[in-house]
Amino acid sequence: MSPEISNSVQKKIKELISRYPKKQAAILPVIHLVQRELGHISEDSEQWVADLLEISPVRVREVVTFYSMLSQKPLGKYHIQVCTNLSCSILGAEKLIEHLSHKLGIKPGETSEDGKFTLTTVECLGACEQAPNIMVNYDYYGHVDKEKVDQILSELDE
Amino acid sequence: MNKVPEKVLTQNFGVEHLFKIDVYMKKGGYKTLKKVIKELKPEEVLNEVKAAHLRGRGGAGFPAGVKWSFVPQDADKPKYLCVNADEGEPGTFKDRYIMSHNPHMLLEGIVLTSYAVGIHHAFIYIRGEYENIARRLERAILEAEKKGFVGKNLLNSGFDLQITVHRGAGAYICGEETALLESLEGKRGHPRLKPPFPAAVGLFQCPTVINNVETLSNVPYILEKGADWFIQQGIPEDGGTRIFGVSGKVKNPGIYELPVGSSLKELIFKHAGGMKSNKKLKAVIPGGLSSPILKPDEIDIPMDCESLMKADSMLGSGAVIVLDEGVAIIDVLRKVTQFYSHESCGQCTPCRIGNSWIHKTVQRIYQGKGKKQDLDTIQRLASNMLAKTLCPLGDAAAMPILAIVKKFRKELESFIQGTIK
Ligand SMILES: Cc1cc2nc3c(=O)[nH]c(=O)nc-3n(C[C@H](O)[C@H](O)[C@H](O)COP(=O)(O)O)c2cc1C
Ligand code: SF4
Ligand code: FES
Repeated sequence: MSPEISNSVQKKIKELISRYPKKQAAILPVIHLVQRELGHISEDSEQWVADLLEISPVRVREVVTFYSMLSQKPLGKYHIQVCTNLSCSILGAEKLIEHLSHKLGIKPGETSEDGKFTLTTVECLGACEQAPNIMVNYDYYGHVDKEKVDQILSELDE
Repeated sequence: MNKVPEKVLTQNFGVEHLFKIDVYMKKGGYKTLKKVIKELKPEEVLNEVKAAHLRGRGGAGFPAGVKWSFVPQDADKPKYLCVNADEGEPGTFKDRYIMSHNPHMLLEGIVLTSYAVGIHHAFIYIRGEYENIARRLERAILEAEKKGFVGKNLLNSGFDLQITVHRGAGAYICGEETALLESLEGKRGHPRLKPPFPAAVGLFQCPTVINNVETLSNVPYILEKGADWFIQQGIPEDGGTRIFGVSGKVKNPGIYELPVGSSLKELIFKHAGGMKSNKKLKAVIPGGLSSPILKPDEIDIPMDCESLMKADSMLGSGAVIVLDEGVAIIDVLRKVTQFYSHESCGQCTPCRIGNSWIHKTVQRIYQGKGKKQDLDTIQRLASNMLAKTLCPLGDAAAMPILAIVKKFRKELESFIQGTIK
């Protein structure tokens, strides 16, 4: 079964492929779009990308399993990533994880039962001057403490 | 010695909407490109950059002009430029500032570099998390195309250049130049054996130049003001300024653009406002997590590639992480080993096994189950990674680990013995 990819995204994908001298080079941008559209990369999606780029599905699998931003499992609606590298951890990242785990009822690596939240820990996000940092989907939040976590979560709920 | 540091790359960062092409041009942007394309031959551009002693800002500090001159000029294959915007070295955030505040400065640098080397397609490999910045770059490229600074027959010079933004997907190793090439070709980011070097055999087997964002952003200024001026901004063998990023336990973390060769001590205590609380300085990581740690009595040192090498450390990406006495060294060691065991790509045994073994040992120590011989084991495993791996990640992991164990052995030993917790 081929995944349901909207026409507008298909068009965008075509345009993306044209930017590269070789089709296969477009795999990351294509997968980013597919994941954004469908929430994760299923086996069907892998096959679809493989057909599109004229490569074997195992090549797609290799890529999907290598990069930490790509997910074979459905992620929560809100993917919360906490940086645990040095600058963030010495300024309180571990406490944030405890607080988030407690509030969301999930440990790092897990998704809440209602499919709303996924919590993960990540390495340096490139924003150490505003440590500690968390990311919610594609948005950065810096100088985060417990109060700010509560505020961010309550705004997501709205 | 009393010259007031002149800001170059960051001089206009305070200007509102600098990321828009009209504002950038009002500030003099693209003037250099117009002039150079009209008046200078590619080899003249290359020679000026070579004479400026512009050293790479991405980590290794290799002279950019020299690197460009390795690209064979007679090859009938296309040539590529890969801009390294992966910014994965922990502690580093300067390229994010450049690309979000002044994307056109980078684009102008890319066009000039491509012109100098005869490149018609440039890729900006940007880390996947910087999605919003990638969009900003794409908009900037469209603006530049509209004005005729990028694209076919740019500025009526007969020179063509296409620029493509390519987002990574979360893998530190893809900042290593040959892993970056593999990743850009659509594969796993597994570093390649060198030689051949990318200048000869790079992207799609074609000659390729790979440079960091900050490195290329200097190019317009070198051509505007000349190599001599550039060298005067820094030191003779290491020209210009650097955008240092300071994070950790300082009052004012952030970016500070200072001449190459500025004092690390002043950077921390004058520019970044000194220590955050009243705790004393314990140690400094001077050039990103891979650079060996310095003790307080070692920080009276000029921030240039050679001086830090002499101190058995590394200027790296100029990312300074400041630790105070409230930070336990076991936690620092744990973060370092967690990072490299997570990021090893697994191709070489000493790096794959070494890093995970070291990390497991450190975790055990951290949990209070350390043994007396553990520190020797860590040193042995780390030494066994030195100069024995395919790519520099093996060294980048071993060097900071060895320095921490050597310089803070006493504290680690008392932790293992349980005298401090
Ligand atoms: C493991 C590893 C990670 C690296 N990550 C980056 C990075 O994120 N950004 C970067 O510019 N250079 C990085 N480098 C350095 C690059 O391999 C390369 O030297 C650099 O991009 C060359 O550009 P430059 O000469 O302008 O500095 C890394 C190197 C290694 C070994
Ligand atoms: S040194 Fe480590 S990261 Fe580099 S190629 Fe070998 S295993 Fe991979
Ligand atoms: S250490 Fe957290 S963003 Fe760099």
